[in-house]
Amino acid sequence: MMNNSFAQPMWSNGPSPGQFYNFMGGNAPTQLPRELTTAGPFGTKHSTAAITTGSSVVGIKFDGGVLVAADTLVSYGSLARYQDIQRVFKINNNILLGGSGDFADIQSIKRNIDQKMIEDQCYNDGVIMKPGELASWLTRVLYNRRSRMNPLYIDVVVGGVDETGKPFLGNVDMRGRAYNDYVVATGFGRHLALPLVRERKPKDRDFTFEEATNLIRESMKVLYYRDTRSIPQYTVGICTAADCSIKGPFKVEENWTFAETVKGY
Amino acid sequence: MGPDIDFTDTPVSTGTTIMAVEFDGGVVIGADSRTSSGAYVANRVTDKLTQISENIYCCRSGSAADTQAIADIVAYSLNYHRNQTNKEPLVCEAASEFRNYCYNYRDSLLAGIIVAGWDEERGGQVYSVPLGGMLTREGCTIGGSGSSYIYGFVKEHYRPGMPMDECIDFVKKAVQHAIYHDGSSGGVVRIGIITKNGMERRLFYNTVTGESTIEGSQSFIN
Amino acid sequence: MSTIGTGYDLSASQFSPDGRVFQIDYASKAVEKSGTVIGIRGKDCVVLAVEEIVVDKLYEVDAARRIFTIEKNIGMAIAGLMADGNFVADIARQEAANFRQQFERTIPLKHLCDRVAGYIHAYTLYSAVRPFGLSVIFASWDETDGPQLYKIEPSGTSFGYYACASGKAKQQAKTEMEKYKFADMSTDELVQSGGKIIYQVNDEVNNKDFRFEMGIVGRETNGVHFINHASWSQLAIEAGKAAKTADGDNEI
Repeated sequence: MMNNSFAQPMWSNGPSPGQFYNFMGGNAPTQLPRELTTAGPFGTKHSTAAITTGSSVVGIKFDGGVLVAADTLVSYGSLARYQDIQRVFKINNNILLGGSGDFADIQSIKRNIDQKMIEDQCYNDGVIMKPGELASWLTRVLYNRRSRMNPLYIDVVVGGVDETGKPFLGNVDMRGRAYNDYVVATGFGRHLALPLVRERKPKDRDFTFEEATNLIRESMKVLYYRDTRSIPQYTVGICTAADCSIKGPFKVEENWTFAETVKGY
Repeated sequence: MGPDIDFTDTPVSTGTTIMAVEFDGGVVIGADSRTSSGAYVANRVTDKLTQISENIYCCRSGSAADTQAIADIVAYSLNYHRNQTNKEPLVCEAASEFRNYCYNYRDSLLAGIIVAGWDEERGGQVYSVPLGGMLTREGCTIGGSGSSYIYGFVKEHYRPGMPMDECIDFVKKAVQHAIYHDGSSGGVVRIGIITKNGMERRLFYNTVTGESTIEGSQSFIN
Repeated sequence: MSTIGTGYDLSASQFSPDGRVFQIDYASKAVEKSGTVIGIRGKDCVVLAVEEIVVDKLYEVDAARRIFTIEKNIGMAIAGLMADGNFVADIARQEAANFRQQFERTIPLKHLCDRVAGYIHAYTLYSAVRPFGLSVIFASWDETDGPQLYKIEPSGTSFGYYACASGKAKQQAKTEMEKYKFADMSTDELVQSGGKIIYQVNDEVNNKDFRFEMGIVGRETNGVHFINHASWSQLAIEAGKAAKTADGDNEI
């Protein structure tokens, strides 16, 4: 209360304009959590950049499921600091989540989601969250935080299958923008993996599992070659109606032999 | 500005080298002993290995005020938790508490913390809580400004499952290298060996000979 | 219960001259009216089983469930007032969620039980509230603590058990359970025993119509608590019905 205005209360100990009087012994107005409060009269300083960051996440839909891949690096600035951290998570039997951007924020949102999954289980009504619902929820959380000028610095890929086994693949960014497609990617993956995958898309049908797998391998290789914030090790989440699990870590197949032919600049 | 005397109004921080390594049965933690305020050495014999519970310690880097405050709060909270449950707190619980403070107050804190210790459930453990407030477990971790000079050394000489004595030697050497190259690290090397019996402290003088005092040169005049 | 409270039974905040709090005794009465509930602890598994008496055939089949999931690996069963049970289940879930938020791990069952028992006890101290008409059984399994089983009474006291029972046929169930060696039992054996006991203690004359409910958590469920898990429930019900027909005098 009184955070946003310089107006004096109508009388001492009384309610501010537009507010109800709170009688003694009644429920005192509860303070919103710090991260959800809006700026005070002189503003509030919030973090302006990510510190520990994960780079690209790539997701590809195929007939019967989705693949979500990310390398296992969490950088600290340009320092390749944490080299063995998984960034693709299994949320439940229907959902995969790939996280890039500030890894502390990813961990935080992951804790929130995990608690939601426990709530799901507690209801015991057989209803569990579907990937589309999670993506939708994420847009609300992320948009809300950006509106309070305190965004979560993350860019996530949500993949999975719904109750009919139909694949879902979508992307939600730090401002709550979202879209679905047969291929999505974050970070450098947008520039490198997206066109690579789109070029190989048959017009008349979905990718097969085999095609999708090869495209993931190809994408992770290109990303390793051309993204300075990447390493040649990655994990892949596979979600179909039958199975949802994280595979790997895998190594990128590198080839540097043609370096011999390069002379001069 | 001439000589840099700005330190009078720059915050006191532990531009530091800290380190922790797991071994079978415990952990070895290490730190330099310099606390600086800008270019001025505010304390040359600082103890950055701070006790949190019987068998859990943290290595502090960043703002001295922030990290001391967090360590005090977490130590208090875990002690309360211990009394409530009649069990020694777990290292992962301590790490989670540190992370909660570091993450929730990331905009106002400057703190990079290593949480290390021993517990009944999982033995020796090392957790890293860097600036943004993420949390991860590592077999060997380094932190503070001095750590950037020893990534190569650590990558070259660390292997998982080293025996205790090798860990001690490894930590000592690594911190000495960092002290040598990092202006913000210095003083002595403090090492702690945490096992189920608590922590044993060791101190290594960071002089060329390893002696605690060094005879200065004779008078200039003669 | 000996005499009626003679004026000392109107408030939970007043002792009777012989040192009782009648409101708590009355709360226990509410528990005794309830269908029987048992918890048994095997080698790598805990089973909660409930005799859910069907008071009205117009209820849907899953109405008034008395087993709840509190955390991934924690189940809770109640004997007593359903409404109180729903409320306490929610309190327990909040406790588990708070612990997880602070320490990023699942709450140890003993700790959860202590917290909920403290909460229930607080409702026996004031004139403005009534105690919970509940007996609460908690069950969990995890890799470090193994199988765990606790029970809280309306007074707020709580203990750990190898096997425990509440409700109508508490005494019968306890006599029955003393014949078993639960501690060495495999998951299947434990499940079958759970079925047998509930079917055996069911009062055929007055409560022939009942529904068998079961909660299970253990190594074989991958540390996840299931309510009425299809295959294990079937195993329990078959064992229960078989024991009932073989019957005569409660053979194992």
